[in-house]
Amino acid sequence: MSSMTSQVRIALRNCGVIDPENIKDYIATDGYDALAKALFTMTPDEVVETVKKSGLRGRGGAGFPTGVKWETARRSESDIKYVLCNADEGDPGAFMDRSVLEGDPHCVLEAMAICGYAIGANQGVIYVRAEYPLAVKRLQIAIEQASELGLLGDNILGSGFSFNLKLYFGAGAFVCGEETSLMNSVQGGRGEPRLKPPFPAVKGLWDKPTNINNVETYANVAQIIRRGWEWFRQFGTEKSPGTKVFALAGKVNNVGLVEVPMGTPLRTIVEDIGGGIRNNKKFKAAQTGGPSGGCIPAEHLDTPIEYESLIGLGSMMGSGGMIVLDEDDCMVGISKFYLTFTAEESCGKCTPCRIGNMRLLEILDRITEGNGEEKDLDVLENLGNTIKDTALCGLGQSSPNPIISTLRYFRKEYEEHIFNKRCPAGSCSKLIGYKILPEKCTGCTVCARNCPVSCISGERKQVHVIDQERCTKCGVCFSKCPFKAIIRG
Amino acid sequence: MAQESVEVRESYPELDAFYDSLSDKNGALIPMLHRAQGEYGYLSQDVQLYVAHKLGVPASKVYGVATFYSLFNLERKGQYKINVCLGTACYVRGSEAVLEAFEKELNIKRSETTSDGLFTLASIRCVGACGLAPVVMVGEKVYGRVTPDDVKGIVDEYLGKAGEGNG
Repeated sequence: MSSMTSQVRIALRNCGVIDPENIKDYIATDGYDALAKALFTMTPDEVVETVKKSGLRGRGGAGFPTGVKWETARRSESDIKYVLCNADEGDPGAFMDRSVLEGDPHCVLEAMAICGYAIGANQGVIYVRAEYPLAVKRLQIAIEQASELGLLGDNILGSGFSFNLKLYFGAGAFVCGEETSLMNSVQGGRGEPRLKPPFPAVKGLWDKPTNINNVETYANVAQIIRRGWEWFRQFGTEKSPGTKVFALAGKVNNVGLVEVPMGTPLRTIVEDIGGGIRNNKKFKAAQTGGPSGGCIPAEHLDTPIEYESLIGLGSMMGSGGMIVLDEDDCMVGISKFYLTFTAEESCGKCTPCRIGNMRLLEILDRITEGNGEEKDLDVLENLGNTIKDTALCGLGQSSPNPIISTLRYFRKEYEEHIFNKRCPAGSCSKLIGYKILPEKCTGCTVCARNCPVSCISGERKQVHVIDQERCTKCGVCFSKCPFKAIIRG
Repeated sequence: MAQESVEVRESYPELDAFYDSLSDKNGALIPMLHRAQGEYGYLSQDVQLYVAHKLGVPASKVYGVATFYSLFNLERKGQYKINVCLGTACYVRGSEAVLEAFEKELNIKRSETTSDGLFTLASIRCVGACGLAPVVMVGEKVYGRVTPDDVKGIVDEYLGKAGEGNG
């Protein structure tokens, strides 16, 4: 039961509860109440003020105060303004935005209309990943149904306020989650970022003032307007009010989405909600923030999760991916995994990110192949910090985080790879080998028959031997041996 | 202007109709490319030139955009696209080994197409089904908790289908 009681559902309140393809279900759960309340009982300034007072911060990862963004966009003078929704969920291992879009699309639409009213915009664009076909379909249905009922479109509910929404499809580029890249993409170009300022709230889409928030951020807005900022602030912490949705995955028993109040200790999520580590293995680290974040080791399991505490640990909130790692995961390998990702997804516009990340990756490659050198650790740290300081956008500025955080907590593991040419987790294939223990081998021939390169020899009922020269370290014998006579190391 | 000298040989009525249906022609390039790929399977050089001509932008811009986004293909793909998820959740649950098993089974490397034009093997980053990790998608169909041992069965399933189709 504890896995239920520690959760509070605000952003996910309707997911799995209502039929997302029927607007009446949403309306029955007080949907579009907040929009009506804003339009008929509040001035745009009051809406902005309420969002500001709620302390809602950007759920896409950086945690910028949403109300401040709205206020800036409201104050920017222009005939045309835009409301954008960032639904380009690109962090590998995060799927909370997808769930909101598929399970409760109207809450995003309603929030965007409220935002339009608050900042003085009549046009909205949802930039959604083309990889999420169901989310796209449900958004289309939702926009259609809301327009039919006069909850979107011209003269909403007879208020005189008009708001039109369009979908725009991404085409597979992680960097488009960065707001200026996203806007370039909506304009039909390469999704390359630009320097800020000017911020989008001043000069955004088509150079017009634009408010851009993430899906989960919008998913909180209607509830804040309807129930008041005081209500929202009862959850979470002083600096990070409300809840956060995490996509819990990796080596825990229960995987899936969890929504907990900010300030919940990591341990509660991993042990109570996640049900601990699979197969009775040992917890090693929790990776948060995806390619921009870092790994939090066991000694910090009791840290309350909020924006500042995670940054203090060298990680970050990110969009909410949380991958739990166990003793079999190599931390150098995990860094390499993320660097491979960022090096591939770097847009190439600025030098530190384009070239720097490639150099970091080459060094990690060397280390995991047993060719690491003593100086590598210093280079990783120095180059990593230089990239953080000099890259153009959020992608580059955070791309070295996985390395820097694992160097901070798991330096010994790097040193083992470099100095002893050993992978303590037994995961880097070039650094491990398999051996048959003569005292345990019964000569059953299972290993020899399953070896894909036929490098195990031995007579039936005699001790078998692996030819280390020809062994490809695939691990098949290790997993097939019925007598646990094969060891890895 | 340079692009006017490029002769656009074929006509693409589907693209013309789509362009006409767009209420807002600003930023039409990516929607046009999505549509073109949906219609023709990939973005051939001719299609790219046609889109450039239609929108009145340089061919280099179209090529720049088409190569920037990973969803756009510049080459024809196999009948069945096998996508192995290499998102973090799948990675820590062994999707790399699954991908290698597909490489071995199909005798091609990732992002290649088999010589019979049946399969294209690729890796993708997170389909948002992390609870099922490791995940493999063949076309729209999702396979969850895939192990290297399952790979042959998955390939055979489609070999069977292809056989039926031809017979």
